[in-house]
Amino acid sequence: MHSVYVIREACNGCVACVKYCPTEAIRVRNGKAEIIATRCIDCGECIRRCPTHAMTATVDTLEATQNYTYNVALAAPSLYAQFPANVKREVIWQGLKLLGFDEIFDLSAAGDYISQEIESYVKSYVGGRKPIISSACPAVLRLIQVKFPELIQQVIPILSPGEAAAIYMKKKLCSKHNLSEGQVGVWFITPCPAKGTNIRQSVDVKHTELAGSISESSIYGELIRIIHDAIPERNLTQTITTGSSYGVGWGSNGGEITAAGIENAVSVQGVSDVFAVLEEISMNKMNDVDFVELYSCGGGCVGGPFVAVNRFVGEKNLKLRIRNLKKQEPVERLEAMQGCMTCAGFPTSEEYVKSLQPRPMMQLDEDINVAMEKLEKMDKVLNTLPGLDCGACGAPNCQCLAEDIVQGKAFETDCIFILRARVKEFARGMIELSTQIPLTGAEEEAKED
Amino acid sequence: MKLIYEVPGNDFDRAGEASARVKKALQRLGVPADVVRRVAIGTYEGEMNALIHAGGGIVQADINTESTVITVRDKGPGIADVKQAMQEGFSTAPDYVRALGFGAGMGLPNMIKCSDKFAIDTVINRGTKITMSFEHKHS
Repeated sequence: MHSVYVIREACNGCVACVKYCPTEAIRVRNGKAEIIATRCIDCGECIRRCPTHAMTATVDTLEATQNYTYNVALAAPSLYAQFPANVKREVIWQGLKLLGFDEIFDLSAAGDYISQEIESYVKSYVGGRKPIISSACPAVLRLIQVKFPELIQQVIPILSPGEAAAIYMKKKLCSKHNLSEGQVGVWFITPCPAKGTNIRQSVDVKHTELAGSISESSIYGELIRIIHDAIPERNLTQTITTGSSYGVGWGSNGGEITAAGIENAVSVQGVSDVFAVLEEISMNKMNDVDFVELYSCGGGCVGGPFVAVNRFVGEKNLKLRIRNLKKQEPVERLEAMQGCMTCAGFPTSEEYVKSLQPRPMMQLDEDINVAMEKLEKMDKVLNTLPGLDCGACGAPNCQCLAEDIVQGKAFETDCIFILRARVKEFARGMIELSTQIPLTGAEEEAKED
Repeated sequence: MKLIYEVPGNDFDRAGEASARVKKALQRLGVPADVVRRVAIGTYEGEMNALIHAGGGIVQADINTESTVITVRDKGPGIADVKQAMQEGFSTAPDYVRALGFGAGMGLPNMIKCSDKFAIDTVINRGTKITMSFEHKHS
């Protein structure tokens, strides 16, 4: 169900992933990292942090396209960010075609459509709790399900551009080429594992039309080679529509806010900062903000774990690309976006979106009375632990070890400090005992010699 | 079960610790998320009042299967005009506190809004006690 998994042979049990996981979902047991499925949000932070590349994610490969008659690639701004701004989008699309896709859809166009939906939702929002929270990042949606279920009602009920584009393309292509649904494969070229998990088990759309996700870094090498071999400027791939500079802006932080024209908005990226802001939102400390854009990856999607270039290089590439696009666009935002919105029948979210289900993970027990007993026990155990949060036991901090002990998943002696103290005690006891044991006859003789 | 936390007077580095710990405890007990949110906000407001106006105090959480009762007790100056203190926007917070972003005058009104039952007991020059109770059933 989850995308992120551990390559056990490569794992050296160093606890880097354990310490950085935002939901404390990893433990090192018997020298290897193990992910707790109920807590994992597929943010990919562990993939970023693992020094031995033992953390990775399941994504689909290009081979999977062979299962379909007609394959579409959804090209996201985060993909464009991996190429210098002077590489035309059409060239990148041609590269994707040469990799085996029949058609390409520019996701920045979907960004334009979704931005308009966001804009009208925020404008007509009355009486509900604020701020409205963006639904674009699947890892953030999962974080909210697992740690902040009280905020579900504030998440905007709008499709992500990828899902909306897939619905659109499926319908269009099936009728245009007279194909059945099962023959068309719509593939998200993804900067992150969370998108992949969301396809396998989607939390925000009733039924996904995406066939799967192919990581950007896995095709980057091929694309660079193809593009380097100079794609002739004529016969370049055209797409149904090309997104505006605002749609392209979705790839990095602040993009949604700019495209939807929301003045009173805040953008936060990086999973630990997002966590901290969600805490503040839950405590009502940000209820004078209309909209928050939240991305689990620093920089936004350009900072995803499957992006081949450094995120600042990616941001710079996108910025320059946007600047170039703006030169050819009408100056006024809505005019610029509407000029690109030529997909008749592009889906509106209401019909397809599914409300998030809470998945709270902190409960010690289903029965509150048992939970109270466990909580009291946890406190007692915690007082015997050194409170150093060193990670040597394989848990991220002493609180987690105390919880694991109470739940029967760990021992007090997993704590290296407790173990040492016990060994010392044991050794002292042995020495004392040895002085009290009477000598045997043979030993007495040896002593006298 | 009973949880007791001390609130240090005027210590803004540690502001919010008591309510954060109450919140975590309730989440561990499986109290519904929307109830936990209200308890956290109500407790936070009580905690901040004790910190800002009363030189500190004690936050106590009495957690039962069906409900949670939060008591915030201090030995501060007490409140002369309770009705006035309840007005939204009215605050006696000193300037340096407002400069930090606190003292908006919404503490007491927020506590009433968040809790199912609210009671305030205050004596001049003796102190103030605030009691808030929260039902665990989904609101």
